[in-house]
Amino acid sequence: MIPELQAGGLQLAYDQRVVVDDLDVKVPPGRITAIVGANACGKSTLLRALARLLSPRKGAVQLDGRALHSIPTRELARQLGILPQGPTAPEGLTVLDLVTRGRSPHQTWWRQWSKADEAAVHGALAATGIADLAGRAVDELSGGQRQRAWIAMAVAQGTPVLLLDEPTTYLDLAHQIDVLDLIHDLNRNEGRTIVMVLHDLNQACRYADHVIAMKGGRIVAEGDPADVITAENVAEVFDLRCQVTTDPVSGTPLVIPMGRHHTS
Amino acid sequence: MATKTLSPKSGAHFRLALPPLSGRLRPRLITVCTALAAATFLAVGWAVSMGDFPITFTEALKAVVGVGDPGTLLIVQELRLPRAVVGVLVGFAFGLSGAIFQTMTRNALASPDMIGFTQGAGTAVVAGIVFGWTSTVSTQVLGLLGTFVMAALVYVLAWRRGTTGYRIILVGIGLQWMATSATDYLVARGMQFQAHAALGWLTGNLNGRDWSQALPLALTMAVLVPAALALGRLTRTLQLGDDVAIGLGTRVQFVRLALLVTGVGLVAFGTAAGGPIAFVALAAPQIAQRLAGTAWPPPLAAGLTGALFVVGSDLAAARLFPMELPVGIVTGVLGAPILLWLLIRANRAGSGG
Repeated sequence: MIPELQAGGLQLAYDQRVVVDDLDVKVPPGRITAIVGANACGKSTLLRALARLLSPRKGAVQLDGRALHSIPTRELARQLGILPQGPTAPEGLTVLDLVTRGRSPHQTWWRQWSKADEAAVHGALAATGIADLAGRAVDELSGGQRQRAWIAMAVAQGTPVLLLDEPTTYLDLAHQIDVLDLIHDLNRNEGRTIVMVLHDLNQACRYADHVIAMKGGRIVAEGDPADVITAENVAEVFDLRCQVTTDPVSGTPLVIPMGRHHTS
Repeated sequence: MATKTLSPKSGAHFRLALPPLSGRLRPRLITVCTALAAATFLAVGWAVSMGDFPITFTEALKAVVGVGDPGTLLIVQELRLPRAVVGVLVGFAFGLSGAIFQTMTRNALASPDMIGFTQGAGTAVVAGIVFGWTSTVSTQVLGLLGTFVMAALVYVLAWRRGTTGYRIILVGIGLQWMATSATDYLVARGMQFQAHAALGWLTGNLNGRDWSQALPLALTMAVLVPAALALGRLTRTLQLGDDVAIGLGTRVQFVRLALLVTGVGLVAFGTAAGGPIAFVALAAPQIAQRLAGTAWPPPLAAGLTGALFVVGSDLAAARLFPMELPVGIVTGVLGAPILLWLLIRANRAGSGG
């Protein structure tokens, strides 16, 4: 049974600056959801609130009807995983050590390497294709490999819901596709609910089942990528003129930006 | 039924069916800890056998457990052993405390002597000496108060919607210089013999230590050391950053406060007993980390390194130099080259830091 993640009447703020006000959102369980929008539109803020990294000033995020802050933190960590943007590991930490730490919410003082832990860690290394890197230091890996190692840590945590904040940032195009394919596999093979913040609209259309487009701290449109990513919506959300055609490879919407110097 | 396996994938680990104990083993860390403990034992044995009145190593060890003639017993049990024990305890406390702060803030510079705690003790003790409070309050109590007040100040001033390691370091460095300036002012306005006494304390000294210094420290450490080692498990997620740690179910602010209280307790009682012995809290965890080949300062190995460091330095201070020096002068002289050598060796091997 996949838990349902939703939020109602959210007000999110840093000190006095309100970033998101009176927002309601429901994450479709078992699907991949992408949150898109211009810089500073509140998409990362919303994801942080969904992941309980930021406490709402008003309203609440709920997992299966229970407010996040009322769920014991370790119990919550067995249901809801978060991979923040640009995490850093201590110098010299091995991939195996990093992935093993994903098991923390399942471990106790006396039980620190159960059979389930071992199976989950090796399963995560295999699923992310980095089993042969297990003994290498995380900081010595390439950007793509490093991101895989962090995703492996989140996979080993074994949560039915996984939130990712810009998992493809700082990666070259090939590694971006590589990571998104991996996320797709996690969803399709293991049925995990995935919510991620993405910058690239075309990638969001390809990989997400559900797109949430945000501007100025509110949701402008949400739903199937084909319904959400239209020329009108892109113009409103990004202040960008564009044409939307069909991706010849995936059949999903493909955004062609125009800018000031080109016209159709 | 016990299974002990050494699979290449998971490394060494153990798993008992009943009770359901399991864990991963780090053979190199275990070897390093054993070697450090053995070396510390030998250093203590050496410390109690050497001196103006030489006693053989075996005789000295016998005297430690109460066997021998009254003269030897007096020298070993009342003069040399307390000094060595205070050295071991202070060194262990400093090394462990340094490992706690360096792990908590994810920064090797965040040892208690860099972020003001030790300097707080210094200001309090020197104020006590200069204003003549030491006739009513012992320097031990003043040192404790100074450290605790300083730690509370650092924590409160670093608090802004929770604390971060970075803010603790910046606030700590600021307060460290304020305390150092205050101490310098007190020394300058003090009378000559007061200034001399103050400087003697500020160097860190094990001279003339007796059981009245060892006992409070030993009792405190009996509580704080197990607490610190138990908290060590929770720092494994903290090392990955606050956001990841929260995601992995760690109560970051609670764990950080618990670590702070434990680390401050260790350094406060250590400083009260031995004075602010330089460089131990900063260097011991870093030396231990490089010996054990881990990516973080290993708490137990850091404590053992600190213990060996202080007892060894005290031995060197008494034996290697024409005049007997305070231990605090030697720790810097001996410790810095060791740390530099390990750092350079690591850089040459291709894995920096």
